[in-house]
Amino acid sequence: MRSKIATLLSITSLCCSIMISSQVYAGDTIKIGSFLAVTGGASFLGDPELKTLQMYIDKLNKEGGVLGKKIELVHYDTGGNPKKAVNFIKRLVKKDRVDVIIGGSTSGTTLAVAPLVKKFKIPMISLAGSIKIIEPTQKWLFKVPHTDRMAAAKVFADMQKRGFTKVALISGSGGFDKSGRTQSLALASKYNIKIVADESYGNKDTDMTAQLTKIRASDAQAILNFGFGKAPAIVTKNIKQLGIKLPIYQSHGVASKKYIELSGDAANGVRLPAAAIVVANELADDDIQKKVTMAYKTQYEAKYDQVSSFGAHAYDALMITIKAIKQAKGVDKKALRTAIERTQNYVGAGGIFNMSADDHMGLKEDSFKLLEIVDGRWQIVN
Amino acid sequence: MKRLSGFYLLSLVALILPQIFPDNYYLTVVGVFAALHIILAVGLNLLMGYCGQISLGHAAFFGLGAYSSAILTTRYQLDPWLAMISGMVLVFIIANLIARPILKLKGHYLAMATLGFGIIVHIIFVQTEALSGGPDGLGDIPTLSIAGWAVDSDIRWYYVTTISALGSILLSLNLIASRSGRAIRAVHGSEFAAQMMGINSNKTKVMVFVFAAVLASFAGSLFAYQQNFVSPDSFSFFFSIELVTMVVLGGMASTYGAVFGAILLTFLPELLIVFEDYEMLVYGAILMLVMIFMPQGLFISLGHQLTQLKKNYWPNKKPAGDQQ
Amino acid sequence: MSDYILQFLISGITVGSIYALVGLGFTIIYNASDVVNFAQGEFVMIGAMSAVSFSIAGIPLIIAIIMAMMVTVLVGFALNQFAIKPAKGASVVTTIIITIGASIFLRGAALLIWGKDFYSLPAFSGEQPIHIAGATILPQNLWVMGVSVLLVSAVLWFFKYTLLGKAILACSCNRTAAQMVGINVGKMMLLSYGLSAMLGALAGVLIVPITFSSYDAGIMLGLKGFSAAILGGIGNPIGAIVGGLLLGVLESLGAGFISSGYKDAIAFAIILFVLFVRPSGLLGHEHQERV
Repeated sequence: MRSKIATLLSITSLCCSIMISSQVYAGDTIKIGSFLAVTGGASFLGDPELKTLQMYIDKLNKEGGVLGKKIELVHYDTGGNPKKAVNFIKRLVKKDRVDVIIGGSTSGTTLAVAPLVKKFKIPMISLAGSIKIIEPTQKWLFKVPHTDRMAAAKVFADMQKRGFTKVALISGSGGFDKSGRTQSLALASKYNIKIVADESYGNKDTDMTAQLTKIRASDAQAILNFGFGKAPAIVTKNIKQLGIKLPIYQSHGVASKKYIELSGDAANGVRLPAAAIVVANELADDDIQKKVTMAYKTQYEAKYDQVSSFGAHAYDALMITIKAIKQAKGVDKKALRTAIERTQNYVGAGGIFNMSADDHMGLKEDSFKLLEIVDGRWQIVN
Repeated sequence: MKRLSGFYLLSLVALILPQIFPDNYYLTVVGVFAALHIILAVGLNLLMGYCGQISLGHAAFFGLGAYSSAILTTRYQLDPWLAMISGMVLVFIIANLIARPILKLKGHYLAMATLGFGIIVHIIFVQTEALSGGPDGLGDIPTLSIAGWAVDSDIRWYYVTTISALGSILLSLNLIASRSGRAIRAVHGSEFAAQMMGINSNKTKVMVFVFAAVLASFAGSLFAYQQNFVSPDSFSFFFSIELVTMVVLGGMASTYGAVFGAILLTFLPELLIVFEDYEMLVYGAILMLVMIFMPQGLFISLGHQLTQLKKNYWPNKKPAGDQQ
Repeated sequence: MSDYILQFLISGITVGSIYALVGLGFTIIYNASDVVNFAQGEFVMIGAMSAVSFSIAGIPLIIAIIMAMMVTVLVGFALNQFAIKPAKGASVVTTIIITIGASIFLRGAALLIWGKDFYSLPAFSGEQPIHIAGATILPQNLWVMGVSVLLVSAVLWFFKYTLLGKAILACSCNRTAAQMVGINVGKMMLLSYGLSAMLGALAGVLIVPITFSSYDAGIMLGLKGFSAAILGGIGNPIGAIVGGLLLGVLESLGAGFISSGYKDAIAFAIILFVLFVRPSGLLGHEHQERV
């Protein structure tokens, strides 16, 4: 009985010491907060995003900082879990007192914190794909990656050009997959395309031949796999294994060398939409994005491994933020928000950004390049 | 009075803390989660610790409560309190339906069945997009209002969840001390012997299972209103395992053990953030070390250590009165 | 759709043999020590990732595989020595948490060593699909099935006909009696963990050309392997095989005929149903409750 009281008292003192230790440090720095999926199923996204942010913030600080102040990055790992994202947003705002937030590697984590971003009145640039983030436009929420709707549109436009009217759709169980699927289903008819098969798999599955067998039995003329992670590589290999000769389209979720590496020979002939950064080398010298993409690619690859569009989005988000801070001459949240919203003609690694009060992303469809994998390498399709 | 003196002390501390540390992130944000975890752990502890039945699918009931609240308030404009009660009724029905066949299983088979149940429910959350919003979840959930007093700030949520947690602790303590509690413990000790004494062991097990499930549903609804957002990620089997860990780590067959385990495992990841890439490694190591060296659970083991310390330093003092 | 049942079956058996191997690993440790080792999936992952690392370093494939197996066996030994043995006599639930902690620890270590990327090995004998009666199968699938059959037979023979195998089984039947007849129980436990780890590693290496591996690839496989072992009746090696194959086929047929989105739910629902009807799994021993 007494031991129980003693133990309860020790719990209490433990809690108190935790709370006393959580002092807020007021500093003369610009604080950028971020919550990214550095581990877990979406670490594909968060890992290059974090590396990019860290690398460029270090670089900026070495060059004297912004407006004479150093930049401090406060980052947390959500593991892709929206519950943690909500926690971290509160931590970033209440405990760390950041000035602006870059984050949400995934749509799930971004959408979960959207109401809080509004409540705390802090500008946030998301690195996630779902169109729901900017439609309807939310005052404090922006994003830089292309939307899933744009990806579907790019794919369907090419399919229409090649004369396909019946398409099979196969997607996974993640947020990116399901959102992409919804957008694809809604958009297909605009391109005179009928979705004749609609299969799905679990993102951790190891074999999709059952679903693909059903697709083979349908009268589809092409296959669109809206997926992410390692599963699309398995789908691609399974398609070759089953001897299905239909053209394969993937989404921008697999615009990375890893996809080609994992899929091997089966990847040849696959087409997908991708940000310019993926083909920085192959861009024409007079392409307006050539300079930015090559610079980012060279700098990132000098320190880390292969570039990806995900890291490039983080780069764009950071640069847009820095530019806005300079424009707003400070980190007053309202002024900063307005400055971000007024981003015009910004040439980024992902595209050319023209934001406005109605458009909190700023990219148009032409910012996506359509690529085809030829002999294990990217080739731009005109 | 004496039996519940620990409880009154805990209540006092819990309710006073925010006055001493106003607007503290750990208290108002993490503390809310700790309170919800306490409700879940206390219920699970009744099932696992006192009744001896493993459940690796408890997150499913938490999710069912959360989604009921989310769907009924956003899609059908139901009042949040009604939605919460509907959720609890739904879970009551489901738990009753599956409890009977599931609780006939034993040991690892029971674990598998509960695990399977949890996974099936999770898949339903992910796949029924039109209703549940799919993997991206459901947002814009309204918050709770208690007779006009809207629970719309972190501190208010702290009080609501803490009082609910204290309520569940009280329920658990009283249940254990009651006649039903003795029946529950008898079933755990030896089901056969309990039956010989006239206890309907099946009915007892089902009752505890359903009680824990409905409690979890209640916590789930609170969670939905507090977050204004639900998504399937929060109700996966990982979370079920986290709940089991809370109960075991704290100490089974001890309500306060469950409380301690819940608080510890809620704060631990926050503290481990400093380890960054090493976080997972350290977390796993801590779990292993605690269970190897304190197999009865931290709370119970710590309690013994402190009693031992007292005996060594005050050997002439009379031993403590009643054991709990 | 019924024309394609052969393809569904082939896919199901390929996936199922993987589950069977993992399930067999669970069964061996359970038989020796009454512990369900939730880190079993991590053995599979470590085997696969180590093999990839050695292979990338230039070591020829066969040697890389053998080295990977040795590494995983060492991990298995370490698990027994540092996590299971010190907790001798702990309750079932406590040991479950210990192995869960171990699986998290191993995943954390894998994260640090190999990062978050996906890794693969080249297929052992090429990727040219083989056509059988309208269905196709990859050479790697045949490797998985073939080696699984060999391994399973070897394990069954080991437990039934060798003294060592029988000694391990004796430990699980009655530890004290085993000690009394001179069996070194500690060494038997060590051996069973090593054996289980080796099986897991081999399974990992076999499937990595098909499924790719990453630091968290062990979770799903561990879960499915556990389900397979329970479905078949934990403790019975043949049960693990039957359970694994059945689970794989159910998933495949569920995806093919009913709904690809719900296929896992269907498989688990069927497992639940089987357990309600046969509470000790398909081939498990009836649980005798003694008073």
